[in-house]
Amino acid sequence: MSELDDLYQEVILDHNKSPRNFRAIGDADRKANGYNPLCGDQVTVYLKMENGKIKDVSFQGSGCAISKASASLMTAALKGKTQSEAEHLFDNVHKMLTGTSADGDQTQEVGKLAILSGVCKFPARVKCASLAWHTVMSALKGEAEAATTE
Amino acid sequence: MKAAQDTQKLDLCPGLLDVESIRKDFPLLARKVHGKPLVYFDNGATSQKPHPVIDALNRYYTEENSNIHRGVHYLSELATSLYEEARKKLRRFVNARRLEEIIFVRGTTEAINLVAQSYGRKFLGAGDEIVVSAMEHHSNIVPWQMLCEQVGARLRVIPINHDGELVLDEFRRLLNQRTKFVSITHVSNALGTVVPVKEVVKLAHAGGVPVLLDGAQAVPHLPVDVQEIDCDFYAFSGHKMFGPTGVGVLYGRAELLDKMPPYQGGGDMISLVTFEKTHYNVLPYKFEAGTPNIAGGIGLGAAVDYLAGLDWDQVVAHERDLLEYATQAITKIDGLRIIGTAKEKAGVISFVLDHVHAHDVGTILDQEGVAVRAGHHCAMPVMQRFGVPATTRASFAFYNTRAEIDVLVGALHRVLKVFG
Repeated sequence: MSELDDLYQEVILDHNKSPRNFRAIGDADRKANGYNPLCGDQVTVYLKMENGKIKDVSFQGSGCAISKASASLMTAALKGKTQSEAEHLFDNVHKMLTGTSADGDQTQEVGKLAILSGVCKFPARVKCASLAWHTVMSALKGEAEAATTE
Repeated sequence: MKAAQDTQKLDLCPGLLDVESIRKDFPLLARKVHGKPLVYFDNGATSQKPHPVIDALNRYYTEENSNIHRGVHYLSELATSLYEEARKKLRRFVNARRLEEIIFVRGTTEAINLVAQSYGRKFLGAGDEIVVSAMEHHSNIVPWQMLCEQVGARLRVIPINHDGELVLDEFRRLLNQRTKFVSITHVSNALGTVVPVKEVVKLAHAGGVPVLLDGAQAVPHLPVDVQEIDCDFYAFSGHKMFGPTGVGVLYGRAELLDKMPPYQGGGDMISLVTFEKTHYNVLPYKFEAGTPNIAGGIGLGAAVDYLAGLDWDQVVAHERDLLEYATQAITKIDGLRIIGTAKEKAGVISFVLDHVHAHDVGTILDQEGVAVRAGHHCAMPVMQRFGVPATTRASFAFYNTRAEIDVLVGALHRVLKVFG
């Protein structure tokens, strides 16, 4: 499979076409905006917490297939997780996207999100894939400033 | 292949640009990317460099390097004369009246900041108005916004129509007693629109308002004569006109430059320094503080020489052919819409594809060896005007060919296949 096919796998194209949890949460506890100044991609992430766990998570915004699919996959992966579990997952996803994992393979740790591993061959696109993650992290931490990929 | 043959045939006709041999002057064009021959359509971001420019840089650092305007030794005199020789070439290049009207800067961005901070802070005040257009690059918006904050002036924006052309009637309406400066692009980087700058200058001058033109995207595509245009300032970058990065030019009318305070303080811009008072140097040195980009200036001079060796009627005709050929070819692609359809355009095609983001287009084209720009092109208000988050932009230079456009079209079909 070429690097390009690796990047644009069926699952990614499907999440791009019909993103999951692509909506606002009216009574969200937390909300954050993310913005990639390089390309103008922007995303808003909504969180609904219950008993220390993520009860619901959703996103809205505009961006490329990689950023949209990544956000969509992220919302599916985060439901039911605690803040520290979410942070741990973000660490592993980030290492996978940037290809900086110590053992060279983070795909075991991230489950279905391994579908995004092809991104590390396209350095210019890492920020597209990590935008929603940076944004959800700042929502979890309750940061007021918009998250950016810079 | 048919188009490739057509191009070759075209190139052999007398009176047409000999693209084949021009391409040999640009060593980078021969390289491959991802195993495919490079198709370089990102000239709006920066152009490739011909051998004479690369050789000038190499020669400077190998044989001529020394600081200028300082030493009495041989090398310093040599470097000084080469650098000043480059200034003479640039004066001829834009047909400035006087040599001291050519100020070396880092690039267009610094040139505009210089004018905003030096002219603007001295001559503009609270309630004054600065006019820009809706198709400016951020570098011709932000320096003026900064000035507005500093002096309490106000930024006014000339709208553009749906083709991406300046609405001159709106410009006429915007001009009033409070208008103190006009700063407009000559050629739009995001849309390719060629602005009728002579008309703009005439209208502004009728009210006694000085005009700066951002020529960064104009000088690589068309001959520029600042006296004919009659503008007061003209800014451009070396690296977009086949010269090195980190050097550019601000042309300014000497009467205005004389009245303006220095932009930065330091060496070379002074004639006498004591702790009580400093006397500033004469033009152009008043605006050239610190050791400049000497190699860059000399390299830019080499680029000017190279451009002077081309027949510009042929260059303009060739680029027009590329633009027409590309426009026809890519409009046939399903779901593709060109952003920027002005009657007068330079070799730039910005476009959007239904359901495919520019970044994804850019990545897939790159895999085919085609280098384009994907994003907002440092012109976010233009994107807003057309209601798109980003576009893909193919920008041509005289060394591009119809055959390369065929490769672009083929690569776009691959995009459609991936996202089919």
